[in-house]
Amino acid sequence: MSVRRLADVQPESFAFSDANMAWAKKEIAKYPEGRQASAVISLLWRAQDQEGWVTEPAIDAVAAMLDMPKIRVLEVATFYTQFNLAPVGDVAHIQVCGTTPCWLRGANDIKDVCKRRIHADQHHRSSDGKFSWEEVECLGACVNAPMVLIGSDTFEDLTAETFDRLIDDMAAGKRVEPGPQVDRQFAAPMGGPTTLTDPSLFSREARDDGEPRVEVVEPQNDADDAPVATVEKSDTSELSDADRPETLSEARDGKPDDLKRISGVGPKIEGILHSLGIYHFDQIAAWQPREVEWVDAQLKFKGRIARENWIDQAKALGGGEAATSGDKPEVLANSDQAPIAAGKPNAAAPSPPDPDGSISQAAEKKIDGQSTEEKRQEKIEDTEAHEAADKDSAD
Amino acid sequence: MLDDKDRIFTNLYGLHDWGLKGAMARGQWDNTKALLDKGREWIVDEMKASGLRGRGGAGFPTGLKWSFMPKESDGRPAYLVVNADESEPGTCKDREIMRHDPHTLVEGCLVASFAMGAHTAIIYVRGEFIRERERLQAAVDQAYEAKLIGKNNKNGWDFDIIVHHGAGAYICGEETALLESLEGKKGMPRLKPPFPASVGVYGCPTTVNNVESIAVGPTILRRGAAWFSGIGRPKNVGTKLFCISGHVEKPCTVEEEMGIPLRELIERHCGGVRGGWDNLLAVIPGGASVPCLPASQCDDLFMDFDTLRELKSGLGTAAVIVMDKSTDMIRAIARLAYFYKHESCGQCTPCREGTGWMWRVLERMAEGRAEKREIDMLLEVTYQVEGHTICALGDAAAWPVQGLIRHFRHVIEERIDQYAAKPAVGDPLMVEAAE
Repeated sequence: MSVRRLADVQPESFAFSDANMAWAKKEIAKYPEGRQASAVISLLWRAQDQEGWVTEPAIDAVAAMLDMPKIRVLEVATFYTQFNLAPVGDVAHIQVCGTTPCWLRGANDIKDVCKRRIHADQHHRSSDGKFSWEEVECLGACVNAPMVLIGSDTFEDLTAETFDRLIDDMAAGKRVEPGPQVDRQFAAPMGGPTTLTDPSLFSREARDDGEPRVEVVEPQNDADDAPVATVEKSDTSELSDADRPETLSEARDGKPDDLKRISGVGPKIEGILHSLGIYHFDQIAAWQPREVEWVDAQLKFKGRIARENWIDQAKALGGGEAATSGDKPEVLANSDQAPIAAGKPNAAAPSPPDPDGSISQAAEKKIDGQSTEEKRQEKIEDTEAHEAADKDSAD
Repeated sequence: MLDDKDRIFTNLYGLHDWGLKGAMARGQWDNTKALLDKGREWIVDEMKASGLRGRGGAGFPTGLKWSFMPKESDGRPAYLVVNADESEPGTCKDREIMRHDPHTLVEGCLVASFAMGAHTAIIYVRGEFIRERERLQAAVDQAYEAKLIGKNNKNGWDFDIIVHHGAGAYICGEETALLESLEGKKGMPRLKPPFPASVGVYGCPTTVNNVESIAVGPTILRRGAAWFSGIGRPKNVGTKLFCISGHVEKPCTVEEEMGIPLRELIERHCGGVRGGWDNLLAVIPGGASVPCLPASQCDDLFMDFDTLRELKSGLGTAAVIVMDKSTDMIRAIARLAYFYKHESCGQCTPCREGTGWMWRVLERMAEGRAEKREIDMLLEVTYQVEGHTICALGDAAAWPVQGLIRHFRHVIEERIDQYAAKPAVGDPLMVEAAE
């Protein structure tokens, strides 16, 4: 149980801004008649967003709006630990997750940075008033540990160094990018997903017209797909021979480049590339559009090469004319945009950034068309198999 | 290993469009009306036949739970409440559903609510999931706009969804505490009976389900109970989201078949234990509440409810916390004990006092500043807390400590010996357990 009390010094008054008041009225109306107390948490939260912390006048105001006794609102404000009962840093209040999964991966290092940079004790403002911090319990991003919550955003996969830099950037008023602070797609393993790589899962997405399919019945669906699939299949077979990029039977001097340094290439993909006879950055840097398509088809990652811009990465890693022996490519080290665009396509945007759109879209359609056909056949076989299998453990 | 085509959450990593258009292209909202037209009984029977067990930790059969709702209304409305207060340390699966595949949940709410005669679903999202809540609300808005839910919608069942949120209290993941919190009170669990199915939120019949349990519903109904029950091991069927955190090379969340061997799970998806399999010390297989298992029990461990229960642990939320040999086990569990101390709601004395007591003793044991007889005293206290509280938080606080003593008593004893041989200067050895 955490014991929490209101701050000693309280402001004179509180009033919701007009916009927040309108929002609050809508929020209250969400709940059934006579149950407006349900909105207490969201109203207090909005008051905190407005003022930075939950003040006693705000508690009074919320109690009046919801027709609740003050003590009931006071109970809520002190029970729920996301409510700050005292002023926090003007720029950021940093909530550091310290529970075991984060602790195992270095949450104490993050706490040490807070102690050094902000204040030796939590719940205190830094001397310039910009920052404050607290250790909180599990924030539910354990596979991205260690992590912090700042405002509405999480910053994940931190190290003491990246976190230190994050504070610098925030103090300087720079834009900071939330999410994993390493090259990683949200909760997927580093180096790329090990699942959901079958492009046929997303084939409809690629060519969907966007019309709701609510009314669609199965047979129609098949009729739609069948001719498309056959046409595309023949297209794909065209790809296979002539478009194979130049490959090697083994790495030059027996020393392959570390292809994993390309963002998006993990050990698995590296293995596939080796098996195709691709060992060096310069090989990748020299790929032509049709060759990209061909490799894409072998990898079974639709559009990935273009999306993650392997060719430019490979060039920067020493495969182009401006080959250098520097250890990190400049694109990656200096530009914020490169890794973000590559590793974290904005989830809200339906199509990921695609520097060479013409290639990959065409390629996707062809490859996916074939897979849809295969998938449907598998599906049919599958249904039969399941029908045949007896149904045990029904309870 | 599970085939990609058998995976339900196809946008788990947010590589594709989370919105309605993308969701439909991936097969969600595909003729939902046809599912509802088959009737309430059919849906409940199909869910029972699928063998789906609740994904929130307890593993109670979902179809059976739905069948507890009154068939005829006595005038009170019925509610579906979705527990999205994902706070069990190690667990971060519902987060991925809400931010990357929210329409699985929105559609699931409609289907489940129809099956239990509810016209309103309330989704209780933990306060810290701010972006996730915004995304979920956006998906709900899209569904309203497309007339998939709402009054007079295309699916023929009047239905509203309220996205509600908490403000940082682990206890609100307990179903009756969640209901209290929904009503605008402190999240303190209620005594049962009455059970929520008869008296739930606002005094009305309510079913509380985990996000994952609800979100998999439509896919199961569409593909058939036999498909779902054909995956996994007897009585432990279907697909499951696993979250693997801690000392693995590449922590991740992944959908796999129920009962997948632990070693395969870690080596296939997480790049193995840091330093190799032989460097494994222990795992906590199902979120912080379940007792840990030492490496010696991990070689051929099936990750399912019944296997883990036989080993006196549990699948819980399938949140696997991996610890390698560099881990100080006592400190790892002491940190969990602190978590439970922090999160106890304070309503029941054994939990309010016991959690703090256990944490303080474990902190001393981590230093070695204790006596060996205190190990048994600590164990005894865990049994005093377990089963003597209104809700399961007391049990959840006791089990990790019991697991530690069961498997790592020798570590505690060694630590005590080390300290006794070289006590800190000016620090008299004394028992201060119940300070």
